Amino acid sequence: MKKKRVLTGIIAAIISAGLLLSGCAGSKETLKTGDGGEPYKIGAVIDVSGSSSSLGVPEKNTLQMLADKVNAAGGINGHLLELIILDNKSDETEAVLAVKKLINQEKVLAVLGCSSSGPSMSMIDTVQKEKVPMISLAASSTIVEPVQERQWVFKTAQSDIVTINKLMSYLKEKGLTSVALLYMNNAYGDGGRAAFTAAAQANGVKIVVEEKFEATDKDMTPQLTRVKTSGAQAAVVWAIPPSASIITKNFKDLNMGIPLLHSHGVGNQNFIDLAQGAADGVILPIGKLIVADQIPDSDPQQEVLNRYIEEYSQKYNSPPNSFGGYAWDGFYLLVNAIEKVGADRAAIRDTLENTRGYSGVSGMFNLSASDHNGLHEDSMVMVQVENGKWKLLK
Amino acid sequence: MDLSSQLLQLLFSGLTLGSIYSLIALALVATYNITGVLNLAQGEFVALGALLAASIYAAGLPLAAAFLVSVALIAALGALIERSVIYPARESSALTLIIITVGLSISLRGLALLVWGTEPVSLPAFSSGGPLLLGGAFVNPQTLWILGMAAATTSGLYIFFELTYTGKAVRACVINRTAALLIGINPGTISLLAFAGSGAIGAAAGIFITPVTLATYDMGFMLGVKGFVAAAIGGMHNIRGAVLGGFILGILEVYSAGLISSGLKDAVALIVLLAALMLRPEGLLAISGRKV
Amino acid sequence: MKKIAFPVALILAFAGLPLLIKSNYLLGILIIIGLYAIIVIGLGILMGYAGQVSFGHAAFFGIGGYTVAVLTTACHWPSIAALIAALILPGLVAAIIGGPTLKLKELYLALATLAFGILVHILFNELKGITGGPSGLTGIPYFTVGGLVFDRDIRFYYLVWSAVLLVSLGVNNLIHSRVGRAMRAVRESEHASESVGIDTAALKLQAFVFSAVLAGLAGGLYAFYVTFISPSPFGFHTSVQFVLMAVVGGLGTFWGPLLGAGLVVALGEALRWATPLVIPGAGGEYQIIFFGAILMLVMIVKPGGLGAVMDLFKKSEEGEAH
Repeated sequence: MKKKRVLTGIIAAIISAGLLLSGCAGSKETLKTGDGGEPYKIGAVIDVSGSSSSLGVPEKNTLQMLADKVNAAGGINGHLLELIILDNKSDETEAVLAVKKLINQEKVLAVLGCSSSGPSMSMIDTVQKEKVPMISLAASSTIVEPVQERQWVFKTAQSDIVTINKLMSYLKEKGLTSVALLYMNNAYGDGGRAAFTAAAQANGVKIVVEEKFEATDKDMTPQLTRVKTSGAQAAVVWAIPPSASIITKNFKDLNMGIPLLHSHGVGNQNFIDLAQGAADGVILPIGKLIVADQIPDSDPQQEVLNRYIEEYSQKYNSPPNSFGGYAWDGFYLLVNAIEKVGADRAAIRDTLENTRGYSGVSGMFNLSASDHNGLHEDSMVMVQVENGKWKLLK
Repeated sequence: MDLSSQLLQLLFSGLTLGSIYSLIALALVATYNITGVLNLAQGEFVALGALLAASIYAAGLPLAAAFLVSVALIAALGALIERSVIYPARESSALTLIIITVGLSISLRGLALLVWGTEPVSLPAFSSGGPLLLGGAFVNPQTLWILGMAAATTSGLYIFFELTYTGKAVRACVINRTAALLIGINPGTISLLAFAGSGAIGAAAGIFITPVTLATYDMGFMLGVKGFVAAAIGGMHNIRGAVLGGFILGILEVYSAGLISSGLKDAVALIVLLAALMLRPEGLLAISGRKV
Repeated sequence: MKKIAFPVALILAFAGLPLLIKSNYLLGILIIIGLYAIIVIGLGILMGYAGQVSFGHAAFFGIGGYTVAVLTTACHWPSIAALIAALILPGLVAAIIGGPTLKLKELYLALATLAFGILVHILFNELKGITGGPSGLTGIPYFTVGGLVFDRDIRFYYLVWSAVLLVSLGVNNLIHSRVGRAMRAVRESEHASESVGIDTAALKLQAFVFSAVLAGLAGGLYAFYVTFISPSPFGFHTSVQFVLMAVVGGLGTFWGPLLGAGLVVALGEALRWATPLVIPGAGGEYQIIFFGAILMLVMIVKPGGLGAVMDLFKKSEEGEAH
C-alpha cells in the first residue's frame, strides 16, 4: 500500500507539474519595462500549424514584426508592448484552451485571432463571458454576426459577402449569367457557397451546376467534367491551395474554354508559380495588396500598402500576402485603441467599435455598433493573371 | 462533352488516382506481411519523397537525379526507422506496433512542416507539351508517366517475388519465420529490406504525382488512409489484391464524384469497404489463398 | 478501511482542487482532460477487457455533441433531456453497426471502425440541413438543471468530474463483477470462454455500446462547454488520439484512462509552453515532433502503458495478502 501511494504521488506530481509549468509559464516572464511602467500585454491565437497554417504563418510573422517595431520605437505611450502568440494547431479545442490561457494566466488586454473561422467561432463564448475584446482574422461573417451576441468580437478580413458582391458586379458586367460553382468542402468553401448562392439569386445569376471537393483531393477532373457538360458560361472556384492549384491545372488540361474565376484565397505569387502557366487568365476579387504598384496614387490605401510590402519584404525576404494584411490591420486597430484609452478592456472595445476611416491593408475600415467588420466593396479590386503576373482589371 | 467521352475522361482520372492508391496499398501490405507491422506512416514516405525531390530539383540538379537521390534517401530513412523504432519493439503486440507507427507519422509530419513549411511545392512535368486528346478525353502526359511507373513497379515486384532467390526468401519468411531462420534467412534483414523498399516505393509515387497534385507536408496522411482502405478492399494478405483494391477505390471515387455527387464520393468508397469487410473479410482475392 | 480511504482522499482532492487553482485556463484543461477521460474509460473497457479496438470513437463523440447541439438550438429541448438523448443515440448507432462489425477479428475490426468514423465525419459535413455543414452550429445554450446554470468553468469542472467519478466507480464495480470476469476471459481466449458458456458476441456488443454511450456523454458535455460545434474536432485524428490515450495510460487498468487523458492533454499544453524556451521562435511543428517521439518512446519502453505500473503494485499487494 505504501509503495502504491508513493507511486500515485509521483504520477500525480508529474501531471500537476505539467499543468503548473504550462500554467505559470507567462507569469514569470517579465519584460524590461520602459519608463512608463507596466508593459501592455496583448495575445494572439494563430493557426501556425495544422490545416490552416498557410494563413497563420504570414500572420504570425506580421504580428511579430509589428510588435518589435512598436517596442523599438519606445512602445505605446511609454509602455512596452508584450505580444504573446499561441499556436492553436488549427484545432477548435486547442483554440479554446489557448484563449483561456491568454485571458486568465497572461491577463492580456485583448486577443487577436484565429486565422480560420472554426477556431475563431470556438473562442467567442470565452471572450464574451470574460469581456475581452477579440479581433478575428477569418472570413466567415457569422464571427461578428449577430452583433448583439458578439459585442466583444471584431474582424479584419473582408466578409464573404463583400468579396462576392465584387465578383457579382464583374459577372453581370460581362454578361456571364449562368455559372458553375465549385468549392472546397470546409468552412471557407462553405461560407463562399452560402454567400454566393444568396448573391446570385439577388442578382439574377443562375448557378447551373454546383460541385465540391475535399481539401486533400488530388484530382478534380470528375467535378470539372460535370461543369463541362452543364453549359456554364464561367466557373467560380472557392478554395485555397493546394486544391485550388490542382483544379486550375485540371481546368487547363481539360480545355474548358470558359473563364475561370477564383476567390481571394489564391491571392499570392506562389499560386501562380505552382500552377506552372495554368493560372494565366484566372480572374479574382481581392484586396489591393497584390496590385499595390498598379493602383492610382489617389487611393487612400496606397501609403499603407507600400509600407507593409517594404517592411515585410525587408524582414522576411518574401512579399507579404493578404492574410498577413489581416494581422497588420488587427494589430494597428488594437494598438491605436490602446494608445487612446490605455489598459482598459471595455474602453478598448468601445474605441474599436467607433473606429472610422482607418485605412488599412485590407481596406478602409468604418466600424460601428452594427458592423464589426467595417469593410465594403471599395476595399476590393478585380485582378487577372497575365503572363504569370497579377494585373489590375480596368 | 458527350457521355462516352465523359466516361472515358473519368476512367483516366480513376486509373491515375487508382495507381497511386495501389502503390501505397502495395507497400502497406508487403510490409504488413513481412514484418507484422501495419505502417500508418506509409503516407509520410510519399510526402517526404516528393518534398525532398522538389528541394533537390530547386537546388539545381536535373529532375532524374532529384528523383534518384530522393528515392535513395527515403529508402535509407525507411531502413533507419526500422532499426531505431520498429526493431526494438518487434516482440510487441500488433496494436502496440500500430501505435508506434502513428507516433512515427506524427513526428515525420512535424519534421516535414519544420523543414518545408506550409506552402505547397511543385516539380515540372516529366515531359513537355499540352494535354493529349485520346478518344474524346483530354489526358495530361504526366498521367501516362504515373500509370507507367505503377505498372513498372508492380511488375518489378512480381518478378522479384516470383523469380529471384531473395524474393522467394522473403516469401518463405512470411509463411514461416522459424523455418526461414532454419534455412539461413535472417528475418531481421528481410524486415529492414521491407521498410527500405516501402520507403522507396512511397517516395517514387510521391515524386511522380507532384507535377499534377503539388506536394505539401500534410499530404501523406490522407493518402495513407486511402492506401489503407484500398488494402482492406483487396485483403490485407495479398499484394495482387492490394493493387486491385487501389484501382477499385480510385475508379469508384472518380465515378461517384463525376456521376453521382462530389460530396459523397468518399462515403461511397467507405461504404464499399464496409460491405467488403462484412461480406468478404479476407479481401476480394482471398480465394487464391496465396500470400504475397 | 484502507480500501475506502484512498478513493475518498482522491474525491476530496478533486473537489478541493478549484480552491487552489483560480485560473479558468487550468480549469479548462482539467475539464478537457475529464471529457477525454470519460471516452477513454469506455475505450479502455472495449480494448482492455473485451479485446476490441476502435479507430472510430470520435464519431460517437461527435454524434453526442451534435445531438445536444441540434436538440437545444433547433428543437429547444431542455438541456438535461438533450444530454440524455446524447447518451442514447450513439448507443443505438453502436448497437446497429456493432452487430455485423464485431464479428470481424482484430485488424479488420480496426478497419471497419476507421471507415465508420470517417463516414460519420463526412455526414457531419454533408447533412447541412441538420448539422450546419462545415460551418457548424452556434448558439448552444449553457447546461442548465433546475435553475442552476453551468456557465462558469468552475461549475462545469464539477459537472464533468462528477461524471468522471460516477463512470469510474461504475466501471470499477463492473470490472469486479461477473461481467467483468467474463470480458477478461473473452480477451484471453474467445474459444475457451465460449466453451464455458459465455456469449462472447453479446458481451463484445455490450462493451461496444457502453463505450459509445460514454463517448456520447463526453460529446454532449463538450457541446455545452464550447457552445459551438463543427465537424473538425471529430475526425480520424481525434479517434487516433483517443486510442493513444487509452494505450499510453495502459489497457485493462483502472488508472489507465485518467493517466492517459491527463498526460496527453497536459503534455500538449506543457510543450506549447516549453518548446519556445528550448528553441526560440519555435512553433507547433516542434511540439508535434516531440509528441510523436514521446509516444513512440512510451510504446517501445513501456508497452503496457503507465497504468500497468500501478497494477504491478496492486498485484504484489495481492501477493502479500495471500
